[in-house]
Amino acid sequence: MDFFLSRYRNITVLLIVIVGQLLLIAYQVKSNRDVPLVRVWAVTAVTPVEQALEVVRTYTWGFVEDYFVLLGVKGENDRLKRENGDLKMENHYLKAELSTADRARALSVFQAQTQSKTVAARVIGNGTGANSKVVFVDRGSASGVESGMAVVTPDGIVGKVVDAYPTASLVMLITDPTFAAGVVSQKNHVRGTLKGQGHSECLVDYVQNEERVDPGEMFFTSGDDRIFPRGFPVGAANAVRNGKTFKEIYIAPSGMQGGVEDVLIVLEGVHQQIPEGESASAGYKILQPAPADTNTAAPSDPAGTLVTDADRLKAQYKQAGQDQNHVFGEGVPGSKPPDFTKIPGIRAATPTPAPGGAQQPGNAAGKPGQPTMPVQNGLQNGAVSAPPKPATPTAAPPAADAPKPKPKPTAPILVTDPADADPDAVVPTAPKSTAAPPGPAQAPVQPPVQPKPAAPKPQQPPNQ
Amino acid sequence: MTEYSERADYSERLLERPVGKESPGRIRFVWLIVIPLIAVLSQVYVPRFVWFLSYLELPLLITVHFALHRRSPIAAVFYGMSIGLVQDSLSHQPIGMFGIVKTLVGYFAASVSMRFDVENPVVTFILSFFFYFFHQFFYWVLTRALLGEVVNFDAQQTLVFGLLNAAVALPLFRILDKLKVAA
Repeated sequence: MDFFLSRYRNITVLLIVIVGQLLLIAYQVKSNRDVPLVRVWAVTAVTPVEQALEVVRTYTWGFVEDYFVLLGVKGENDRLKRENGDLKMENHYLKAELSTADRARALSVFQAQTQSKTVAARVIGNGTGANSKVVFVDRGSASGVESGMAVVTPDGIVGKVVDAYPTASLVMLITDPTFAAGVVSQKNHVRGTLKGQGHSECLVDYVQNEERVDPGEMFFTSGDDRIFPRGFPVGAANAVRNGKTFKEIYIAPSGMQGGVEDVLIVLEGVHQQIPEGESASAGYKILQPAPADTNTAAPSDPAGTLVTDADRLKAQYKQAGQDQNHVFGEGVPGSKPPDFTKIPGIRAATPTPAPGGAQQPGNAAGKPGQPTMPVQNGLQNGAVSAPPKPATPTAAPPAADAPKPKPKPTAPILVTDPADADPDAVVPTAPKSTAAPPGPAQAPVQPPVQPKPAAPKPQQPPNQ
Repeated sequence: MTEYSERADYSERLLERPVGKESPGRIRFVWLIVIPLIAVLSQVYVPRFVWFLSYLELPLLITVHFALHRRSPIAAVFYGMSIGLVQDSLSHQPIGMFGIVKTLVGYFAASVSMRFDVENPVVTFILSFFFYFFHQFFYWVLTRALLGEVVNFDAQQTLVFGLLNAAVALPLFRILDKLKVAA
């Protein structure tokens, strides 16, 4: 054993170290847990230096620039040059302040407008790794930041927090190859998955070729990933082309235009409405609604509020009733109905019974002279005025002394309730003296009974 | 003594006698700590302002330099592992990815240093280029094999960046040699 260890000492140490790290990776991947101690040490050691460097850079860069600017100044112009330098320095300072104030104002305005609870943060460093796109921000778990929180700017989403340390957080940008988020297009409401590509553009995947996405169409977060609240802008589609199964939609992230400096971390996200864009059928020209046809409007309705044929017909019937001094709904049972045959344009009803088919019970009884209500345009008799009771199918019971006919098992027919046909018409109840006690056939549905010689004739009320 | 043991003794002697020049000295311990931290910090901070420097793998070059000049595989293994773990801590990958890769780089660089004259700039350039490509390729393999992530490996781009890193390695190694003190 000693020989083996001394002979292969180097390779043994190498294998032990490699296997140890493999076990460490396996533990992290298998248990989906991190090794926070090592990370906290490293981040705590590095990020304060980064913050200090950032502060030094911010407050000394203007001095260094002005030093080089004033390097070749002659002596006799020292005072003017110093004044000039001071002014330039102040100018640089104010410009930087103005730029910072603009960014801060934009952030604060967005922070005030959005319903989500956010905290402002500043990028202080990049992560390691050539392929990964991660940055450090100066807000950590001490500020309430947790892993999985969304990071946005007023222009769009930026990334998500993947690790939160006490003084800083690691943010994975949306351009990272392992980044994914649910998005939806603004105009056509096409849903897809935003994926980072490792460069400045992102891919919207899992959009069927049959779906329609227009170039330049904006994408917003859909809220499906439970990280980004719905309604945050993502970017506009730069290129849209069909792939094998899914479309290849490349978008330019709107939140990362011009670099990422100041961001907002969404502590408590609230879903928002996606702003309405253009109509989905923008390629079609939709005409204005057609104007009302004044020629076909009833004379009694010059305003043109009668929009259907039934309304116009009803108005004509009312007009005919008024011309003949008939008030609908106030006549006693059996009173004379208005003569609807005088309505211009309405074909006069023929007194002859309808040939063949099911007949009205009154006509089926073969009573000559029985006024037949005009049946036109699907209007049932009894729907306009109070007709003689036997004329309605529901009020055609057999006589009390007549043998009760056995109900035939026939197919049900449609029985129209007069009250349903015309709300203005009042159907008088049949006199009890003439109404027979309801037999077994007095069901809501009356079978069409062919006239039989022995069938009892319904008792007709006296004709007024 | 058997034939095998004779051959083993011969190989052992061959390994213990480096071909290259003797190292003029060793870097102070404090620099061994500070230099990797500066390298990692610059990798984190500098690309914010000079984006193309993000492809400069300073921690790798520091590891290679240490392994080439220390010529101790075990020390290089632990040095590379430490730098790699610090890099892992500042990334969102599981800890150990950079650690494994830089462990192997340190081991192989220390092993190679026994057979080549690492003071020669041409050899330094070639070794730096080779180990950069090895580092990137092995990291890609680990990412696919251990994490199951589908990441593209652009060999042409890696070759170009390898040349750039090797070009940076020449003056960097000269600067680091200045920090050595006589043994």
